[in-house]
Amino acid sequence: MNAPVRSVEAAGDRVARFPQHKREEWIGRLYAYACVALLVVTIFSIVWFIASKGLTPFVSGAIRFSDLLFGRVWKPEGEPALFGALPFLAGSAYVSFLAAAIASPFGFCAAVFMTQIAPKLGRTVLQPAIELLAGIPSVVYGFVGLSVIVPFLREVFEGQGYGILAGSLVLSIMILPTITSIATDALHTLPAGLKEGSFALGATRWQTIYRLILPTTLPSLLTGIVLGISRAFGEALAVQMVIGNAPFVPTSLLQSAATLTSIITLEMGNTIGGSLHNNTLWSLALILLMMTFLFVFAVRFLERRAKR
Amino acid sequence: MSDTAFYTKDLSVFYGEKQAIKKVSITFPERQVVAFIGPSGCGKSTFLRSLNRMNDVIPGARVEGEIRIGGRDINDPSTDVVRLRQKIGMVWQKPNPFHKSIYENIAFGPRYHGVKDKRNLDEIVESSLRKTALWDEVKDRLHGSALALSGGQQQRLCIARSIAVQPSILLMDEPASALDPVSTAKIEELIAELKRDYSIVIVTHNMYQAARVSDKTAFFLMGDLIEYDETQKMFTNPSNRATDDYISGRFG
Amino acid sequence: MKARAADRVATGVIIGMASLIMLVLVGLIAYLLFRGLSHISWHFLTSPPQSIKAGGGIGPQLFNSLYLLILTMLITIPLGIGAGIYMSQYAKANQLTAFIRLVVEVLSSFPSIVIGLFGLLVFVNLFHMKYSLAAGALALTVFNLPLMVRVTEQALNGVPREQKEAGLALGLSRWKTISSIMLPMAFPAILTGTILAAGRVFGEAAALLFTAGMTTPRLDFGNWNPLDSHSPLNPFRPAETLAVHIWKINSEGRAPDAPEIAAGASAVLIIVVLLFNFGARWLGRAIYRKFTATK
Repeated sequence: MNAPVRSVEAAGDRVARFPQHKREEWIGRLYAYACVALLVVTIFSIVWFIASKGLTPFVSGAIRFSDLLFGRVWKPEGEPALFGALPFLAGSAYVSFLAAAIASPFGFCAAVFMTQIAPKLGRTVLQPAIELLAGIPSVVYGFVGLSVIVPFLREVFEGQGYGILAGSLVLSIMILPTITSIATDALHTLPAGLKEGSFALGATRWQTIYRLILPTTLPSLLTGIVLGISRAFGEALAVQMVIGNAPFVPTSLLQSAATLTSIITLEMGNTIGGSLHNNTLWSLALILLMMTFLFVFAVRFLERRAKR
Repeated sequence: MSDTAFYTKDLSVFYGEKQAIKKVSITFPERQVVAFIGPSGCGKSTFLRSLNRMNDVIPGARVEGEIRIGGRDINDPSTDVVRLRQKIGMVWQKPNPFHKSIYENIAFGPRYHGVKDKRNLDEIVESSLRKTALWDEVKDRLHGSALALSGGQQQRLCIARSIAVQPSILLMDEPASALDPVSTAKIEELIAELKRDYSIVIVTHNMYQAARVSDKTAFFLMGDLIEYDETQKMFTNPSNRATDDYISGRFG
Repeated sequence: MKARAADRVATGVIIGMASLIMLVLVGLIAYLLFRGLSHISWHFLTSPPQSIKAGGGIGPQLFNSLYLLILTMLITIPLGIGAGIYMSQYAKANQLTAFIRLVVEVLSSFPSIVIGLFGLLVFVNLFHMKYSLAAGALALTVFNLPLMVRVTEQALNGVPREQKEAGLALGLSRWKTISSIMLPMAFPAILTGTILAAGRVFGEAAALLFTAGMTTPRLDFGNWNPLDSHSPLNPFRPAETLAVHIWKINSEGRAPDAPEIAAGASAVLIIVVLLFNFGARWLGRAIYRKFTATK
């Protein structure tokens, strides 16, 4: 072996100004930066393209924004054509909130079960089961909803079985994993000694959960619930398959209804590009997009609260 | 007196607002062993890591003052930090061989730095392993996983890995603290061998180890350099009260 | 005494609800397999669907799903790993990074139907790709990219710092350290995450309705020239995937055996997803064991 080189730069000075290691670092960095740039460009173009399409009906003056938001009648082929999206907004809101209302207690109980009651059983059985639920494709949920839940509701109640209730039940299973995993994380990160302190005071497990754990983790639980609502709000096919697709403001849980996603799914392919009907569907897509932003910021706000 | 390998002048290191090293000036003699001692959290590892700019990896870390190796300040923006690190080997507290074969662990560096010829690489692998007294133990399984070695062997492999790229300085951050006494003894023997070729800086929490392996010793306390002198003098007749207290085991 | 009773009741309720979740999952899978398996045969898996007659299969749809998955992954993996490397290794703790994190979070929250619509506007119309596998693969890439980025970032963050430092201390460039030392160590985690992501892509339908389309041309499975319009490999032909097919026959299927076909296709879909899930778990454990057993 050579004698050790004394000067650090002695070897370096003899090499070109752009030695191999600098070139490869540049190429590697360029690659990583380009990937991230693409990501940023993608999101901006999503917003840009959908917004520019979705704003056309208002810019051209064909529809007023308030008419779209508050109009109760959707009759795109009628004389005059009416574009009231309230039925879909209401439908989306009903199914997602109801789904969250059904799923939240289950999610909380599952999280308590996995962290406080039977951690071993939770880790080996319940946790994988819930992960599996998250992996099942939405069309499969739709199919099961269509062939099990809808007929069941038809049997038990009056009517067709399609509607808000069927949609909410299907969605509640789909968003359960989201709510559960966030609740579980929150319960896992409880400060050490909190529980023990409560037990030491003679409180039962339920008292501890109810008086101590639930209030402490509430902001995190809310984060999970909002994430679940967000997911339910944007879910398209499973809901479309079971909700009945009637464009009316729902007055009963068992009445056929429609959501933003279901109307877009159904009509986007059957309308002519550039027509007012088609452009209005893009306006609905834009509303969906804006709701996503709203949910993301709501989640961020709650997360910040939860950290405190 | 031997030549100076490198020196620091008024070197300070900050982690965010916290100052971990306070204006430390040390001159490191060539081909000698300098030991850093002091209670944990005193800044000795931070100081060591600033010598090859490894603190760059830690977000929020900032360095002030000079570190001059061969006359150049290594914190100067014009310094090619990649080439700098090639000239400064480093060994960590916990052995950290790559998840590759024994051969690859050593050949990886030299190949990257331009040694493409298989025969030359073989030679480098053999000589590095011989220098670390590992050759006879592993020559039959050079292509087996490095993770199958014992802790002490892994640490010697890491030393072999770092000398394979021909550094002139070796930084060792508590290299024996995770090892059993027999392995520790081997590492200490190795350090005595290696100082014929390299200037070595070793951080240790074990004062006896410092006394055994080093020529000079620096005692750190809360980011300050309290005393820096010949090891023999430090351990027999320290000039500072705090050094005396620490060495005689009254705290730390 | 009252507190004890309440505790017992509450514990019972919690266990009951947890059991109910298990019951739903088991019931769901049992139902799908029970209804679908009897319909699955070699003929069903390989022959084309029939529009009005009974006896149709899902051959082209199954092929489309697999082919589309491969195309998507070919685009997503390099992009996701690149962006993941940036997030984990090059991003500084500043406003720009916070912004990019927000972007990834928003992108991952977009409903898949919105991504499908974006694909319709940009890939199908603007880029003149028409309804095609290529447009579908690009839409699925947008859908899947945030997940791949997160998987890569977390996997790289899981590599011990000493390994990175060992690479740097040898005088390797940062890039070389990342690509030759850290990525191989992060590989098991990236692989597991990728397989799980693949399962998600395989079952996705909403993003494909208006990008890959809802029809499949007559395919000649003897023709493997990717440029030929009847070749299954041609990336510029429309392609209805299995998931889209399930949706379509449920909403407008006219064949007399449509419910059975839907059941059979759902069973196939769920089996593939289960395989991906268990495959990822098994592989993750196997690689973990291999790494730790040698220590």
